[in-house]
Amino acid sequence: MSMFPLRTTQTSRVGLLVAAVLLACLRPAWAQGGPAPAVLEAEAQRIAVMAKVKPAAVAIFDAAGMGGGSGVLISPDGWALSNFHVARPCGNAMKCGTADGRVYDAVVVGLDPTGDVALLKLLGRSDFPHAELGDSDQVHPGDAVFAMGNPFLLATDFQPTVTWGIVSGVRRYQPPEGTLLEYADCIQTDASINPGNSGGPLFDAQGRLVGINGRCSFEKRGRVNVGVGYAVSINQIKNFLGSLRSGRIVDHATLGARVATEDQGRVLVTDVLEQSDAYRRGLRVDDEIISFGGRPITTANGFKNVLGTFPKGWRVPLSFRREGERHDVMVRLAGVHSKEDLLKQATAKPPQIMPLPKLPNPDEEDDSPGKSKKSKGKKPDGAPPKIKIKPGPMPFGLPAPPVPMPDAVKKVFQEKHGYANYYFNQVEQDRVWNAWKARGDFTGLRGTWKVAGKLDSGSAFRLRLAAAEAALEAPAGDFKWAPGPDMTANLPPPGSGGLLPALHFWRRLAVEGPKGFDEIYYLGTAPLAGREGLADVLVAGYRGIECWFYFDPGSGDLLALEMYPAQESDPCELSFSGYRQVDGRSLPGRIEVRVGEQRYGVLMPAGYDLAKK
Amino acid sequence: MFQTKHSRRHGILPDRPRGAGVSGIGAFGPSRLSGIWDSRFGICGLGICGLVFLLTLPAPAARAADPGSSPAGEVIDRAQMKVVKIYGAGGFRGMEHYQSGILISPDGCVLTVLSYVLDSDHVSVTLYDGRRYEAKLVGADPRLEAAVLKIEAADLPCFDLAKAADLQGGAGVLAISNLFNVASGNEPASVQHGTVSVVTRLEARRGTFETPYHGPVYVLDMTTNNPGAAGGVLVTRRGELAGMLGKELRNTLNNTWLNYAIPIEQLRASVDAIRAGKFVATPEPAPRKPARPATLASLGVTLVPDVLERTPAFVDQVRAGSPAARAGLLPDDLVLLVGNRLTQSCKSLQQELETIDRGDAVKLTVLRGQELVDLTLPASDQE
Repeated sequence: MSMFPLRTTQTSRVGLLVAAVLLACLRPAWAQGGPAPAVLEAEAQRIAVMAKVKPAAVAIFDAAGMGGGSGVLISPDGWALSNFHVARPCGNAMKCGTADGRVYDAVVVGLDPTGDVALLKLLGRSDFPHAELGDSDQVHPGDAVFAMGNPFLLATDFQPTVTWGIVSGVRRYQPPEGTLLEYADCIQTDASINPGNSGGPLFDAQGRLVGINGRCSFEKRGRVNVGVGYAVSINQIKNFLGSLRSGRIVDHATLGARVATEDQGRVLVTDVLEQSDAYRRGLRVDDEIISFGGRPITTANGFKNVLGTFPKGWRVPLSFRREGERHDVMVRLAGVHSKEDLLKQATAKPPQIMPLPKLPNPDEEDDSPGKSKKSKGKKPDGAPPKIKIKPGPMPFGLPAPPVPMPDAVKKVFQEKHGYANYYFNQVEQDRVWNAWKARGDFTGLRGTWKVAGKLDSGSAFRLRLAAAEAALEAPAGDFKWAPGPDMTANLPPPGSGGLLPALHFWRRLAVEGPKGFDEIYYLGTAPLAGREGLADVLVAGYRGIECWFYFDPGSGDLLALEMYPAQESDPCELSFSGYRQVDGRSLPGRIEVRVGEQRYGVLMPAGYDLAKK
Repeated sequence: MFQTKHSRRHGILPDRPRGAGVSGIGAFGPSRLSGIWDSRFGICGLGICGLVFLLTLPAPAARAADPGSSPAGEVIDRAQMKVVKIYGAGGFRGMEHYQSGILISPDGCVLTVLSYVLDSDHVSVTLYDGRRYEAKLVGADPRLEAAVLKIEAADLPCFDLAKAADLQGGAGVLAISNLFNVASGNEPASVQHGTVSVVTRLEARRGTFETPYHGPVYVLDMTTNNPGAAGGVLVTRRGELAGMLGKELRNTLNNTWLNYAIPIEQLRASVDAIRAGKFVATPEPAPRKPARPATLASLGVTLVPDVLERTPAFVDQVRAGSPAARAGLLPDDLVLLVGNRLTQSCKSLQQELETIDRGDAVKLTVLRGQELVDLTLPASDQE
């Protein structure tokens, strides 16, 4: 039973509004004991908000209709969020029911096993109703929230169940099960979250999506709600959304250091991995962590909360204090899992954080008077249900019986090692590459690139970039580099971290495109120091060297290139800016070179001569 | 189940349209107010301000979006600061080593439930701001299962036991506790919302709920009966102190759990006495003992050897021709109730019998296999 009458028909809502208005005019009426008009108005608003967001709620079933959970649409073209522990047992293709009674085919896009998030795509429409993403950092204890979903898979007609409550706590840390399903920085609510609610939306009172429900504290009563549910915060998911769209199985981050809360409320480093970027940035044992990722840190849990919201590979600000002196650095986060370990864990049977309990036999239930008959019979539009979903026992975590993949799903699914669905990585690669190519097509310019200009010191430089050699003439000397069997034998000029090879790879991507590398993939989105918002990232590998290319999602321009000569070393970073048109192509007027904490220098090209042969 | 009249109103709406009611809307409706609510240490009577504010401002202004705190947030923030996390004995499954407590004096008196968690030389109390103290047990009232701890601190935010709200069924309430030990260090305790379903006496449940406390309780429609929640605070939607969340209580017959809080009114006298060092545990008035009480021997019953702290009252033998034999008592029956009184052990069965005159019939409820059987043993004064 819902706690308050939740009307879904238009007439009753209108009726309530009218009643509210009438009561507002006839103050004596409520003064004599009826509900206050403000009460009725609040109720009417609540009902209106729920009606508005209801179409975005999704009931998810595996292709065989044997198990499932909930989800929520977040874009008109069918992107939907759910839990990893809901999506994984459903396999690569699933069925999604929406409140209007329709069933859509859906395909898995990206998986975040550690954060327990899955991105799906519903197929067949470009005008899906969808939820507006809220700002979960603005959610406070006491705020009204409500959950929608399909607890116990009750709704055979996909009408979501609404449960209402308040925020019981924010920034909660719930440790992982093994190394997966870690709920960091999550929202705790007393709105009823039950098995089957997993993956469904938690909305604020305005109907903005603030979290994805997925976990509960249970104890002695069995696996039913006891007023303590947890939702993955939407702000964490925003950080991961780009990575999830990449079709990858994404990993969470580690600093490479352990911290502990001291008695005086200070958070101290107890251990640092020497291979970690944190160590290279100067973090040592006994340093006091002051802030991380832009948030003040006062407890170890607080630190884990912040860490849990970042994808592997992000570079975030870290402030620490040693002997009274404050150090502010940008630190690059490594992955929690090795690639193979993550794959193994992600494809294994997920821990049963919220499995469904055994339900009564559906056939028996059909015979009970007035219970499930109403859900079986009429749809709002009078149409019969498209598929019959049995709310039967849930073999949760077990592989669904093999069901042939629908043709519509086959078109948007591609299996590849390391990916949830490689099809979408290809889509994103093409999008980013084509956006850059639209700013300037360099694919015909296979000759030597001659670039002349000034350094920030005012001296002149000349640069020659060709397939077989890169050369720089500058006041400090003349430097040359050629790709060979050992790409990292030297990284000229000395102290630059490898400016010449980095420029070589810049030209290589421009001229040869993604095919010019041994391997390339779309990583997702990541922040760049000194820039608002996130950039699209392509990661390209060539003979043991890894390059990260950052693109502006708006203009398509290349913003930065990071060349890693080896794992666990500082990359040579090039920042491109001051773009201007040269022969109909967009080329940078400024290339800043950095390595580690140091700025090596700035190239300010004045002229480009890009030969065709 | 509860014999008292069920007076819960519909939904979450508080029973009083003024005062708590209207601030309830501000708190839990779609509106969030900005500006005047921003101060964390707001003045008292915010609920009244909220009332005026809401009634005089047109709705759209009241709904103005704001990134800061809400009236509910204010109420909750202030109440959360007065709830502490208590750690002590335990740590096994089903025996958590934590519970909640309520600050009741600026110098560090903490009201909590009396439980095994306090059976430790090292009980610690963690404040809202993460400060942690060793706590001393000042005293306890076993009849109320209430205890008072003391930490050496000063100028703490606290509730005033002298100013507690007296609630009726239907009142909107908030429960704040560290259930499941979700919060640690300086993390705020968890808050749940609900309604007082009914105000009733636990006495009605004797025999099904195992508790020494028989006085009035606020029965709640939210799940407060969670590990670690006991000792937490029940406040009105305006943040007024109303009760202390009770210990976990399970109905042994149907395996349901009771969500309840003990009204502060019931605790006040004992707590004041404990704090004043004058507390004397007042045992329940002992039932009048008859001169010639019934005994196991007079009834013709031999129980199994009493070898445990609480040996279940299983019947070993029944003497032929005795009142027990005539009533149909059989070996292996487990005696659960004498009259309406729970008998948890051989000892308590004997104690219960001591209150029954040998000239009266004895009503027993026994578990025979999976079946509950009621028996009436005839008077045993002839034996």
